Amino acid sequence: MRGRIVIAGIGHTAYGKQPGRSTVSLNLEACRKAIEDAGVGPGEVDSLLVKVPTSKVEMMYGQKLAEAMGLEPRVGGVWDQGGASNISMIAIAAMAIEAGQCDVALVTLADNPRTGTRQAYEKAWGDDAVFGWFSVVASYAMIARRHMHDHGTTEEQLARIAIAARAHGAANADAQLRKPLTMDEYFMSPWVVEPLRRADCCLISDGAAAVVVMSAERARKRGVRAPVPILGFGQGNSSSDVPLRRDLTETKADVSARTAYAMAELGPKDIDVAQIYDCFTITALMTLEAYDLCPRGRSAEFFEEGGFGVDGRLPLNTSGGLLSETGMPGLQLVLEGVRQMRGTSSNQKKGAKTCIVSNQGGIMHTHSTLILGN
Amino acid sequence: MEDAGIETARDAFWRMIGDGRLHFQRCDGCNNAWLPPREDCPSCWSPEWRWEEASGRGKLVSWVVFHTAFHEAFETRLPYNVAVIELEEGPRLISNVVDLPDSGIDVADRPVSLTIETDHGRTLPRFKLA
Repeated sequence: MRGRIVIAGIGHTAYGKQPGRSTVSLNLEACRKAIEDAGVGPGEVDSLLVKVPTSKVEMMYGQKLAEAMGLEPRVGGVWDQGGASNISMIAIAAMAIEAGQCDVALVTLADNPRTGTRQAYEKAWGDDAVFGWFSVVASYAMIARRHMHDHGTTEEQLARIAIAARAHGAANADAQLRKPLTMDEYFMSPWVVEPLRRADCCLISDGAAAVVVMSAERARKRGVRAPVPILGFGQGNSSSDVPLRRDLTETKADVSARTAYAMAELGPKDIDVAQIYDCFTITALMTLEAYDLCPRGRSAEFFEEGGFGVDGRLPLNTSGGLLSETGMPGLQLVLEGVRQMRGTSSNQKKGAKTCIVSNQGGIMHTHSTLILGN
Repeated sequence: MEDAGIETARDAFWRMIGDGRLHFQRCDGCNNAWLPPREDCPSCWSPEWRWEEASGRGKLVSWVVFHTAFHEAFETRLPYNVAVIELEEGPRLISNVVDLPDSGIDVADRPVSLTIETDHGRTLPRFKLA
């Protein structure tokens, strides 16, 4: 299946605040731009896969969106796996197309927690609220602390990831936060839940992103302008809540990556550029390790100063990632992967032939991986 | 308790905490021990299990310090810690460590022991460094 399915078009809304916009309208705008980019009409779309908006979960959301877009998709629905949903839905679309279940799929994501409610990110964790156990950031901090103990991970290592993302975001005209970050500023950033600082945390953003998926053959016949082949994908789910994981520093990101590498017939050394889900800096660091892109606990030595830059050892999150471009849960990273393969990124890695993209959801409960080529 | 007369595993766990005793569940089929309370063994899926009282000894797996209150009830106690505790019998739970030193000291894997406290009108299983 390697290379037989492509991403034919990408689209996104403005990132940041979108007051008064429903997620349906945001999704629709991103989808309209994605099909325009692919050069196909709404009538050709016969599959619609959508991530449920995190801040307001609604039953049958996929059908509600399809109605708003006048679609009666052959394959449709919502995939409830948090941020991992996006790449997983691209994989589902690819497999459905390969199996003859549909021809042109839209995969889309929208949410509006910035002007709406942030409750999903600040909520209590069941009965443990009596201990003060609240929020998403605290669970990631719990993992980060154990990672520091087990692997000697330092705040400087976390800072490097934030600094790289912020530098790339500053050069991206579409980014929500366009302010570079220095090491000194990182250490002045206040604790949110120690050991994570404000600068370790992603943005809260309204917005939407969408991609069009079809076969390479169809893209060729339809004269799609800049199709980007999907070389591999994979998934892995650790599923258990953070306290119950025997090793807090292990997720199933490695399983997901191995599946994707095998399908792509590539290894970590073949990867030119990486878009790694960075809801928190620790997430990106652990994913780089799980993907075998750097040795465990050694990202600082491995990626020396500037190592995550466009001319560095591995250009990372070249659109600014969740820390700087938009805090939306993940599909925007696929869009940046597509731009890198097309050669149109605002932080373009010259001659990049492969891009790996990670998506994850919950507190590293779910994971999916995508490898793009050109 | 919404359905009068039916005590769930979760209700029983907190009722026994209210009596000052920390229990976990142990499977009759495969001997697996676990928390938080649930209806079936998460290892062999057996519905047959029993309560076992914890010794109260355990170790600290990881901890965080909140500098932000996500609920008004915790605003006045910032900064406060939340920890993952592993009981010597194996089950894990979220709790607080009552005598955690200032930030900067690595206390992961340190032994801890149970201390029952009352807070916000509820009896809670907390831990102190052993």
